[in-house]
Amino acid sequence: MNEVYSINGPVIKVKNATDFKIMEKVFVGKEKLLGEVISISDNFTIIQVYESTTGLTPGEEVINTGEPISAVLGPGLMGNIFDGIQRPLQTIYDKSGSFIKPGTNVACLDMKKEWRVEFKVKVGDYIRFGQIFGVVQETSLIEHRLLVPKNVFGEVILIKPNGSYILDDVLIKVRDKNDVVQELTMVQKWPIKEPRPIESRLPLTIPLISGQRVIDTLFPIAKGGSAAVPGGFGTGKTMMQHQFAKWCDADIIVYIGCGERGNEMTQTLEEFSELIDPKSNKPLIERTVLIANTSNMPVAAREASIYTGVTIAEYYRDMGYHVAVMADSTSRWAEALREISGRLEEMPAEEGFPAYLPSRISQFYERAGYVTTLSEKHGSVSIIGAISPQGADFSEPVTQNTKRFVRAFWALDKELAYTRHYAAINWNISYSEYIGDLAKWYNKQIGIEFLEDRQRFITILAEENKLMEIVKLIGKDVLPDDQKLILEIARVIRVGYLQQNAFHKEDTFVSLEKQMKMMKLILYLERVASQVLKEGKAFSLLLNTNMFEKVIKVKYDIPNDNLDLFENYYKLIDEAFSAIK
Amino acid sequence: MNLQYIGLKEINGPLIFLDNVKGIGFEEMVEIRLDDGRIRHGRVVEIQGDLAAILVFEGTRDLSLNNTVIKFKGRPMEIGLSKNVLGRVFNGIGTPIDGLGPVYVDEYFDINGQPLNPVSRVYPKNYINTGISSIDGLTTLIRGQKLPIFSGSGMPHNDLAVQIVKQARLTGKDATNFGIIFAAMGVTNDVANYFRRSFEEAGVLDNVVMFLNLSNDPIIERLLTPRCALSAAEYLAYKHDMHILVVMTDLTAYCEALREFSSSKGEIPGRKGYPGYLYSDLASLLERAGIVKNAKGSVTQIPILSMPNDDITHPIPDLTGYITEGQIVLDRDLHQKGIYPPIGVLPSLSRLMKDGIGAGYTRSDHQPLMNQLFASYARVMDARSLASVIGEDELSPVDKNYIEFGKLFEKHFISQGYINRDINETLDLGWKLLSIFSKEELDRTDEKILDEFYDHQQAVIEFDLEHNLLKN
Repeated sequence: MNEVYSINGPVIKVKNATDFKIMEKVFVGKEKLLGEVISISDNFTIIQVYESTTGLTPGEEVINTGEPISAVLGPGLMGNIFDGIQRPLQTIYDKSGSFIKPGTNVACLDMKKEWRVEFKVKVGDYIRFGQIFGVVQETSLIEHRLLVPKNVFGEVILIKPNGSYILDDVLIKVRDKNDVVQELTMVQKWPIKEPRPIESRLPLTIPLISGQRVIDTLFPIAKGGSAAVPGGFGTGKTMMQHQFAKWCDADIIVYIGCGERGNEMTQTLEEFSELIDPKSNKPLIERTVLIANTSNMPVAAREASIYTGVTIAEYYRDMGYHVAVMADSTSRWAEALREISGRLEEMPAEEGFPAYLPSRISQFYERAGYVTTLSEKHGSVSIIGAISPQGADFSEPVTQNTKRFVRAFWALDKELAYTRHYAAINWNISYSEYIGDLAKWYNKQIGIEFLEDRQRFITILAEENKLMEIVKLIGKDVLPDDQKLILEIARVIRVGYLQQNAFHKEDTFVSLEKQMKMMKLILYLERVASQVLKEGKAFSLLLNTNMFEKVIKVKYDIPNDNLDLFENYYKLIDEAFSAIK
Repeated sequence: MNLQYIGLKEINGPLIFLDNVKGIGFEEMVEIRLDDGRIRHGRVVEIQGDLAAILVFEGTRDLSLNNTVIKFKGRPMEIGLSKNVLGRVFNGIGTPIDGLGPVYVDEYFDINGQPLNPVSRVYPKNYINTGISSIDGLTTLIRGQKLPIFSGSGMPHNDLAVQIVKQARLTGKDATNFGIIFAAMGVTNDVANYFRRSFEEAGVLDNVVMFLNLSNDPIIERLLTPRCALSAAEYLAYKHDMHILVVMTDLTAYCEALREFSSSKGEIPGRKGYPGYLYSDLASLLERAGIVKNAKGSVTQIPILSMPNDDITHPIPDLTGYITEGQIVLDRDLHQKGIYPPIGVLPSLSRLMKDGIGAGYTRSDHQPLMNQLFASYARVMDARSLASVIGEDELSPVDKNYIEFGKLFEKHFISQGYINRDINETLDLGWKLLSIFSKEELDRTDEKILDEFYDHQQAVIEFDLEHNLLKN
């Protein structure tokens, strides 16, 4: 029997054991706390425990299971909320009340529920890993495609008729070339730290549209891409993740609350159950999987939560869906790594983080991608990770290392947040490397002007940035009129375009079409205004027309479903400016 | 297991090490009897085979390797609670110190608490009316929220906390049954007395439980003080349906105690010497706020934190800000101008307010008013920094207008002294202040709302602005 030898927080040691494997799942002590083997030497096996170790005694038994920590994949994931090690929180609540007690053992998925299965293969077919053998209507939005698990390849010799089954029922029997018969059910396990295999990766050419202007226009992310959202506290990281989860055009959202606030997770849960997806008229929760490992839940499970989430995302990708993963926040995950590394007395690198931090971060973000799946479908996993840098200082290790592996960087700015300019994405330091890959899509789907106008926006904002240096020293009044116009147009762009009100029903989501029309209108205003200036009219006369304020309020005044109203504004501008004497 | 062990292997700071022990649990409680009969308490913090490290709460003074008898209690640190704790005073580890004898115990609570299942939480929505304009109007406190006060030494955070306690009124149907838990961590005797006197004056002393770990009390007890206090809070809220407001001061002293404990254990330090798990540790305290399904009570936390050197990026305020649902930041400039409460509204924030204000809670114009006030006041800051370079006289008329607004806003809205202001009063005052601008300047607000609340003439008369306002 293997016994607990030493205990230090979530890290325990077992002396003189030889039968453990690295990354193996183990159960620790009388209460059967879940743990994972993280290091083995000839003296000690070190195990990190995913639950509180209070009360654990040396000498208690450690049981090995022979398999790695795995996600349990099958119907019932969608619309559910799990903790970091995929225990369903609702079931835990029903079983043990408001507080989560250590050693609570519950099944990951509801094993009693019956699902209606429709088979897609027949007796005599040859099936192999990754192929779709049947479908289940999991929620009203999502058809769950049952995938053949790993290491299965052979001829179907028996198949149940279409009908209702529970997860454990044997649905199909397969005989392989060695005459070994394997049984398929609706569930399969997959090790959370191992990426699920694919047929091939595809180039990223389609944007993930979120209806958030600053992202769709200035810093887009591709389907299958990855983005980082760093920001100090109160800059709106979570808000932004929520907006993205609500509105982006992925089929499925996996939302990972990693080491964040409990009340926020409750809000997400409540809000997503009530919010109706405008495309399907169904509650958003029907296409969402929530993983909640709040900051006061055990730290090792926080580390696992990220992997659990992305494994579930990959599973749905393999069915041919576009999945977006929101991870809030990856800094808490990195801190969990640091905490465990500290308990192992490993040599720390920068700021106490372990030296393997960059490789862990890259392993996570590299699980994003647009792929051809083993079942010859197209699917994608996009990852949007929030970062909570210490002291809002972007030079800290997590931000810096993440920057190396993501191609879109949406830096949230404290100053903007203080003025309640949301989304508080600082346009001067944020970037997206996807724009080149996506150009073709934008040109074809939206129109060739879109990217030209976007470039003009960026130029104006950069120019404003330069002019503000002067303004800060000597004031606005001494600038020549054409530069004053630049500042005013930049203000229209900032307030009227980049700033977006998540609580306003017309402004919370904006179609690409309206985005383009808004851009056009603003640039038209600029052109006409500069024309008037060239004719020698004073800038103050332009301001008095009030057209700038009117264009700023276009975001509220023109509803998404009545874009024809834009035409009136062109007329208004022409009339107002030609009336200047 | 009631085995007793005589003698120690090693003493190092607050830690003692014991050899040849069997069958003890991690984080188990320990009783240490000295040879002169004094008793101290400790907790197992690490076990290596038959070697145990024990943290002594009251300090290791007078301990030697052979003058102690150690008894393991077989259970983690618990606190005995009943409704009788109301009105009592305890030390940092939950022993009564008011001379009234032990409390009747109804139930024992593990002071570490257990993580609240997010599914069992109720998302907090009912606001607490504090009667302070800059809080009610701009950083509304919600029942079940954790909203710290970020302050610095010499600023009136204690007065503000007391004022909140005195004036706080619950809203909604079940607005009775209010209780206060006060946890002092490393504050001076004066401060603790000030709170006590203030509770007395407010006539709420019977509904207050005090846990005092003063600055000259053992530092290690300080790690347990908030945990005892929060256990009492959870007990009263979830078993007795009370609405509990927990005031904890000073979180910085708590973190320093944690750092001392960590370094004496020889752990690898993180930023500024604080242990790498500071975030998780603070979260284990602060996340114990909220509302639970099936219970009528709530736990609201107002921790007070003094920012070392007024630096909001210091690890303590930084990590706290990532856990709490917003923060109220006190501003030294405002304080020096004689403004009370000196709340720096721009860096202050309440994350939960967006769902707890508006029609049905406060008033439908609350959200737009708040947005506009923030935006306008932010422009005041720009105008001021420009004025500090080129002089106020050289500013454009618009900027001058903002400077004026800034003065009025600070004088009338932020500065209110110890007056209790109704929410309607606060909101009306906000609109009155905004009305000194021309309508076009208010670009965050819908036309409809402006029609209802905007009244330039009234503002001009009220604030006597005849001569210095532009009227183009």
